[in-house]
Amino acid sequence: MSDTSPKNGFNVVGTSPIRPDGLDKVTGRAQFADDFHLPNMLHGKILRSPHAHARILSIDTSAAEALPGVRAVVTGADFPAVRHELLNQGTAGVLNIREMSENCMAKDKVLYDGHALAAVAADNPHDAELAVNLIKVEYELLPPVMNVRAAMADDAPVIHEDFHPGGFIAPTEKYLPNASRLQLGNGDPEQGFAEADLVLEREYTAETIHQGYIESHVTTVTWDSNDYVTVWTATQGQFALRDHLADIIQVPISNINVVPLEIGGGFGGKERLYIDPVAAFLSKKSQCPVKIAMRRDEVFRATGPSSGTYIKLKFGVKQDGTLTAAHLHMAYEAGAYAGGPLFLGVMSATSRYNIPNIHIDGFDVIVNKPTMRPYRAPGAPQALFAVEQMIDELACELGMDPIEFRMKNLMRSGDRLVPGFPLAPIDTEKMMETVKAHPHYQAPLEGANRGRGLAYSIWFNIGEISSARMQVNPDGSVTLATASPDLSGTRISLAMQAAETLGIDVEQVSPTVSDTQSIGFSLPSVGSRTTYSTGAVVCEVAQEILKQMCERAVLLWETDAGQVSVENGVFSNKAEPGQTITFNELAARMFETGGPISHHRTGHTQSFIPGTAAHLVDVEVDPETGKVDILRYTVFQDVGKAVHPDYVEGQMQGAAVQGIGMALNEEYFYDDEGRLKNASLLDYRLPTSLDVPMLETVVLESPNPAHPFGVRGCGEISIAPPPAAIANAIYDAVGVRLYSMPMAPRKVCAAVKAAEPAKAA
Amino acid sequence: MKDFQYLAPRRLDEAAALMAEHAGSAQLLAGGTDLLIFMRNGRKSPEVVIDAKKIPELTRLQLDAGRLTIGAAVSCRTVWEHPEIIEKFPALADAATLIGGIQIQGRATFGGNLCNAAPSADTVPPVIVYGATAHIASARGERQAPVEEICTGPGLTSLAPDEILVSLSIPAPQANSGAAFLRFIPRNEMDIAVANAAARVDLDETGETISAARIAIGAVAPVPLYVEAAGAALAGKPVNDGSIASAARIARDASTPINDMRGTVEHRKQLVEVLTARALRRACDRARGEKIQ
Amino acid sequence: MSGKSLVTATINGEEKQFLCEPRQSLLEVLRDVLYLTGTKEGCNDGNCGACSVIVDGVLLDACCMLAVEAEGSSVETIEGLATGDELHPLQRAFLEETGLQCGICTPGFLMSAKALLDKTPRPDEQQVRHWLAGNLCRCTGYDKLVRSVLKAVEA
Repeated sequence: MSDTSPKNGFNVVGTSPIRPDGLDKVTGRAQFADDFHLPNMLHGKILRSPHAHARILSIDTSAAEALPGVRAVVTGADFPAVRHELLNQGTAGVLNIREMSENCMAKDKVLYDGHALAAVAADNPHDAELAVNLIKVEYELLPPVMNVRAAMADDAPVIHEDFHPGGFIAPTEKYLPNASRLQLGNGDPEQGFAEADLVLEREYTAETIHQGYIESHVTTVTWDSNDYVTVWTATQGQFALRDHLADIIQVPISNINVVPLEIGGGFGGKERLYIDPVAAFLSKKSQCPVKIAMRRDEVFRATGPSSGTYIKLKFGVKQDGTLTAAHLHMAYEAGAYAGGPLFLGVMSATSRYNIPNIHIDGFDVIVNKPTMRPYRAPGAPQALFAVEQMIDELACELGMDPIEFRMKNLMRSGDRLVPGFPLAPIDTEKMMETVKAHPHYQAPLEGANRGRGLAYSIWFNIGEISSARMQVNPDGSVTLATASPDLSGTRISLAMQAAETLGIDVEQVSPTVSDTQSIGFSLPSVGSRTTYSTGAVVCEVAQEILKQMCERAVLLWETDAGQVSVENGVFSNKAEPGQTITFNELAARMFETGGPISHHRTGHTQSFIPGTAAHLVDVEVDPETGKVDILRYTVFQDVGKAVHPDYVEGQMQGAAVQGIGMALNEEYFYDDEGRLKNASLLDYRLPTSLDVPMLETVVLESPNPAHPFGVRGCGEISIAPPPAAIANAIYDAVGVRLYSMPMAPRKVCAAVKAAEPAKAA
Repeated sequence: MKDFQYLAPRRLDEAAALMAEHAGSAQLLAGGTDLLIFMRNGRKSPEVVIDAKKIPELTRLQLDAGRLTIGAAVSCRTVWEHPEIIEKFPALADAATLIGGIQIQGRATFGGNLCNAAPSADTVPPVIVYGATAHIASARGERQAPVEEICTGPGLTSLAPDEILVSLSIPAPQANSGAAFLRFIPRNEMDIAVANAAARVDLDETGETISAARIAIGAVAPVPLYVEAAGAALAGKPVNDGSIASAARIARDASTPINDMRGTVEHRKQLVEVLTARALRRACDRARGEKIQ
Repeated sequence: MSGKSLVTATINGEEKQFLCEPRQSLLEVLRDVLYLTGTKEGCNDGNCGACSVIVDGVLLDACCMLAVEAEGSSVETIEGLATGDELHPLQRAFLEETGLQCGICTPGFLMSAKALLDKTPRPDEQQVRHWLAGNLCRCTGYDKLVRSVLKAVEA
């Protein structure tokens, strides 16, 4: 546990108090989505396509409807043609609501193994499941397209007769029948390569992966006779869910209330709706509340995993280590519908280095897999797996220390990023120096088949729209509501920021997450934005509360406006030295001056706040089996300001272990027909406690000027470096480069074997 | 899941009568860690489920003059918590501690693992190398069979639909004997073997020469495979890298693995050779009295 | 088909009777019949440990056991871990050492850790990691979770 004493002028920020929601979570009382029950509630189950690509010829639900206990059946025919096909999401791009609706329930074609095409509500989940299995579907099978290179090939089967190009943050242009394109660049790459002393070209692939949250997707929906719809679910964004649901089920947004329950992990995968419209239509038909809980195999087959990729790099460098040119061909799976994480992959690929001549050719590629959705630093691990290995390989070829090489090309605040805007303030040099001086970097590594690897990342945290509401109660307690679902302890980090601003104890603040009828709009808890962006809005609200309390003190003391100031929770009258009142005392006297105070604000904060992380890993490779063991791991991360240092470390460690899992074992395994073969937690291999050591953390704090305490956000970035760091460590250990992720034992073993004759010769 | 009738007989003859009555539509339930999952995903849908865990003969774990009897419904955890089994039959403990996590080990059984007949079943190669006998009962009588004759294909056994696997019995190990079981999984826990191997060696009194050996391998053939030739090749051979390597090569050549989500043919062949060699080395060390957990 | 069975079992020290169908798992009955929703479903096939409970002293996944099998058994769940208002040392350690993030896997880890300490009161880090390997956590990376268990051992 971190030092809990206040420091650097903070009273609350920088300490690690116990979270208010913790008690219910260690006693089993916390209410997660599946713990929610309503009287007369039915259970819904969904029929899913076993085929990756097929036309639906007919659906016969009569046998299911005849089964005792079945109360409603819906198919794509019950889903209306949507009113607003395209939804403008501002900086988040454009969403295609028709596609989102068809992703929840197919109409004419199924586009991936697991695509929903009918659903049943019954008295119990067993009978609902039996009924689902009685539904008969006739298909016309179409050839599946299972990876980006197949989808971009000349003779590739066409998945959509027409499609709207993907628009996740940055728009793309339609380029091929299954792909759209995004191009960015600077300078003259041809010239840059001509200036280079060394040019390397490499290809890298990565398989589709899943966020792997332990809580499935579960929703309970009521649709009442006034067309009011209430949804109780676990979501990263109750407002996004509400707005998308309104367009899909075609009721006014104001008729919908989404109540966010405790959420058992999301990592980007729970910001989109899948089962909520299905439960809504089942509820409408049955006139009962309907709960749908996805089975684990459905979570893998039919939610929003992260893209498999094909990345081809060409980098040029001078003998002294100066990068002169780079060409990046980056193809990301979009899944069944356009709009994968391409832009963020492109954006983060080279964001750490100044490369004067660069061209990035990015492709958002439609394949017969579930629609790809964000997964913690979306697109970055795949991009870094390629680029940070290339950097290591160049440094090795030149005989340079990997940190020296990075320092030589280091991007600093104000330098221009590839999309054209400058890197916001952050101390990138200090990060490199900290790694270099650390005992882990300095320690000798002994023993056969052991190696050390480094990878470095700059990632961009999102700001944008957040809402907060605060009430000061007569007993001095403060109610803090936000619209930001708490994935991992943000209620405490927001309460701490409120307490710091108000000058009171954190125990006085009760933080909650509100439903959509009780608070203003907010973007979801994504993009490392909650502690930073919602935190900044909370601080603004707290400032406003203090301002109002000062005004109340003016009334109490019958002094002049502007004479009352507040510091550390004590109000004082400048006009009357010695006249003070504490926060609690003043709170108790609100009724004398107009009643308790509350304030609500929907605010906006700056986006693309950079964070940096460097990971250092020691591995041991068993060359006979290909198994890679992690011996030692250090995560260095610049978080701006660690509000709750223990949970900040937890984010760094948790993200790193997700990256380790992705690096070594996690992958979607499809057969030749496009059926997902490992849709279980047995064969989709999340790391266990035996797969990782303790993870050392080094927290750097170079303040973010866009936040009152300097907070940058810290949730995502540390998932990005592990694959490349481990790849570089494997090379250091056994002298082979792994260009394909995951670096599963079978691949490491094959690579070692392939290198043997070369070594012998 | 389809509903079914649950029966929990307390006597073996009662269970045998029920199996005869419902032959073909009944499933014996031991730990349930495979059966319940298969029933949930529709791969099996019995009308009658007969709980094996109330029948004394199936829940007995007994060491009698060195001979070990493991009731078919004895959990893996009961096996690995038994100090004498750890000492006398270490390869059984090796396997019992590897299946699933602690939770699964508390339920999963040696009998269930055998009758489920997965090619990757981790407890089967060890019982093969220990020369276990399967004791089988039905309303028609009792019979015995060498354990390597039980699995006949993925998910298939030589048991008739009315038959019950009662127990496995293993003869007392000789002096200077050692055994080991190893498996390879991509993670360090909670996984299905990509390949596995068990080896047992009997050394002569000098501890330098192998008098007899048995080797069995898994996840590399339609059934857990007893590789008699690999063991036979070691008889009379000195304990050294050369003899171990040639036996491991025979095991590799006997394997006929497939490509699937858990492994490739090439990797499995490589692994089974490596694991056989490592298991043999560990078995020899144990035969010489080294305690290796 | 076969109707419901009446099962009598001791749940967290108290004798309970419940009706269930044979096809209902212990997990389903704990959650949907007895409304003890602290035991979580993560995979329903014995691969995540979120539904870890202790039955007759043995740690197991409640999804891999039929509720009818619990007849005459003693079942311990997360709801019985604290003694009244007095948290179990493991619960306190998880709070103080931030051994949880989202909290969905927490009850399962606590029950597994409890079973470990019942058997091995002073485990080392490797023993803790081995024993907890049947429980998946996607948030913490296990570091603070393992430290929490070790801290509870010290207490």
